[in-house]
Amino acid sequence: MEGIYFDNNATTRVDEAVVEAMLPYFTEQFGNPSSMHSFGNKVGLAIKKARMQVQELLGAEHDSEIIFTSCGTESDSTAILSALKAQPDRKEIITTTVEHPAVLTLCTWLEKDGYKVHYMPVDEKGRLNLDEYKKLLSDQTAVVSVMWANNETGTFFPVVEMAEMAHAAGAMFHTDAVQAVGKVPLNLKETKIDMLSVSGHKLHAPKGIGVLYLKRGVRFRPMLRGGHQERGRRAGTENTTSIVGLGKAAEMAMEAMAYENTEVARLRDKLEAGILAKVPRSFVTGNPADRLPNTSNIAFEFIEGEAILLLLNKFGIAASSGSACTSGSLEPSHVMRAMGIPYTAAHGTVRFSLSRYSNEAEVDRVIAVVPEIIAQLRKLSPYWEGDGPAAEPDKAFAPTYA
Amino acid sequence: MWDYSEKVKEHFFQPRNAGVLEDANGVGDVGSISCGDALRLMLKVEPETDIILDAHFQTFGCGSAIASSSALTEMVKGKTLDEALKVSNQDIADYLDGLPPEKMHCSVMGREALQAAVANYRGEVWSDDHEEGALICKCFAIDAVMIEDTIRANDLVSVEDVTNYTKAGGGCSSCHEGIEEILVKVMAERGESFKPGTPSKEEAKPAGMTNLQRIKKIEAVLESVRPQLKRDGGDIELLDVDGKTIYVSMTGACAGCQMEALTLQGIQQKLMEELKEFIKIVPTKAGALSRASCNP
Repeated sequence: MEGIYFDNNATTRVDEAVVEAMLPYFTEQFGNPSSMHSFGNKVGLAIKKARMQVQELLGAEHDSEIIFTSCGTESDSTAILSALKAQPDRKEIITTTVEHPAVLTLCTWLEKDGYKVHYMPVDEKGRLNLDEYKKLLSDQTAVVSVMWANNETGTFFPVVEMAEMAHAAGAMFHTDAVQAVGKVPLNLKETKIDMLSVSGHKLHAPKGIGVLYLKRGVRFRPMLRGGHQERGRRAGTENTTSIVGLGKAAEMAMEAMAYENTEVARLRDKLEAGILAKVPRSFVTGNPADRLPNTSNIAFEFIEGEAILLLLNKFGIAASSGSACTSGSLEPSHVMRAMGIPYTAAHGTVRFSLSRYSNEAEVDRVIAVVPEIIAQLRKLSPYWEGDGPAAEPDKAFAPTYA
Repeated sequence: MWDYSEKVKEHFFQPRNAGVLEDANGVGDVGSISCGDALRLMLKVEPETDIILDAHFQTFGCGSAIASSSALTEMVKGKTLDEALKVSNQDIADYLDGLPPEKMHCSVMGREALQAAVANYRGEVWSDDHEEGALICKCFAIDAVMIEDTIRANDLVSVEDVTNYTKAGGGCSSCHEGIEEILVKVMAERGESFKPGTPSKEEAKPAGMTNLQRIKKIEAVLESVRPQLKRDGGDIELLDVDGKTIYVSMTGACAGCQMEALTLQGIQQKLMEELKEFIKIVPTKAGALSRASCNP
């Protein structure tokens, strides 16, 4: 399909080399890795290799610390529920207001079962206050779950340091690293991180495969019980083809790590600077000084994100938005609200997320198209007049109800 | 991506009557930026006749909000104020060949802007009586506020009650957990606790319909639209009911008419409302023969 795909934080294309590595495991190598015969054995070996490839990417000490799951969400749920089950006397969870729904929705659900959840706020750049964090940690804390990088803004949290602090309080530490893995060099063996979630489709592997990293010695209670797959820690016949694909993708991500952090970052910076220079009343959200190399989240004031996306799509450009309308809810993105971005801008945020397949021509094209689109929509907006916002936007538009 | 009709896309990409109307004498502002929707409707009304000579809009909102605004201006132009006020939000949605359930509120906003603009022209104050909450039932587009209010006003105790009173939960049933949560909250307010399995408040109402009752009901709905079809030289006939699929044949002028799809959509909606369940209406031209070919 032709088009400019700048929505790689949503999902990525599966690399052709990954597809190629997977194909034999649909047909010739169809065996069940648990079987004794050679049909199964070869597949078992392929999974072993993939496990080592993922181990390498994560910088894990042992390959047995890699548990294959079906997705990032499963890894998140398994980690948090395990920590609670393994420490029944600890009834508190610490997380942040800007987590992915995979963690947030589970946490609000757990509140109904009597768990106390602390949602740490963030500042205007999406940063946490570690002094406040320290105060929340106690002998009641079962688990801290904090994302490595925010999916909307790309902003990093200091998870390595936070894991040390959690350990000092005797609590387990989990991080949802689905956006960071493959873009940030990791060396988990040197950290106190107990559990970490990976999602294959964010790093050019297929959808439907994830990983839970579980540090050796961390007390664990499986979510799916049954067969002895994954050493009894995640029952269910292995998704062999996707595991092989994820292994290959992990190997390729290792090779591309430097490129992601130099060339992709340069393209992202160029895109961002190009748009900001041409569009008045637009700004970057999150913390540009400390974020993923591929992500730029730009707020366009006084217009609505879904309308921007529809017009971008007309030009063959794919991005995503934090507007309420793209999700069918009434509130704009919880991440934007947590950072205190005013409604006038939060509804008009657009996330551009690049990958190593993005190129200069695509960036130039988007820089050329975006300003026109924004101007076109602002012409329709009751909050906009001529070249700028209506003199006093609040007064210019005074609805009968608000 | 939303499943927008071609008409919605067309009105979004080429909005009609966008921008400020300089000599407007009736202006309605509704919505709010916190909700991500705001619409200003500007009317130019001829005082002697009350006819709307021109209508423009400015909208902050998503694709369907802009399309609904554009459609509204087209629909009211040339009408008198009283005629224009008869335009319902469903009319706006129909004009656009339908809106996704999550987006029906865009057409509601259009209808409200119209009321506000007319009130403004007449020197009256229009006040909104409608509050909107998170969408719970996607099949029938019912939001949390509506469900809460209905539970409160009628002392409802079960999901079936809520379905009977609001239609919410009467389709795919995925939202039953959400409805139960609202029941728990509202019942706690009046000092009761929600118990699953409590018999529905309206015990007189049978839990389900027999096949015969169901078919009779379907016939009754078709009967009710028949005069309208006959007026246009057509007719509709019920062929078969297979679970959630209702097979009909359109005859006379209706068969192959360009408006056939639109008409059927309207009938389908009506059937869903009457039967309180999610159904699909399938037109077949040669009855069983083409039906067989539809079933791979």
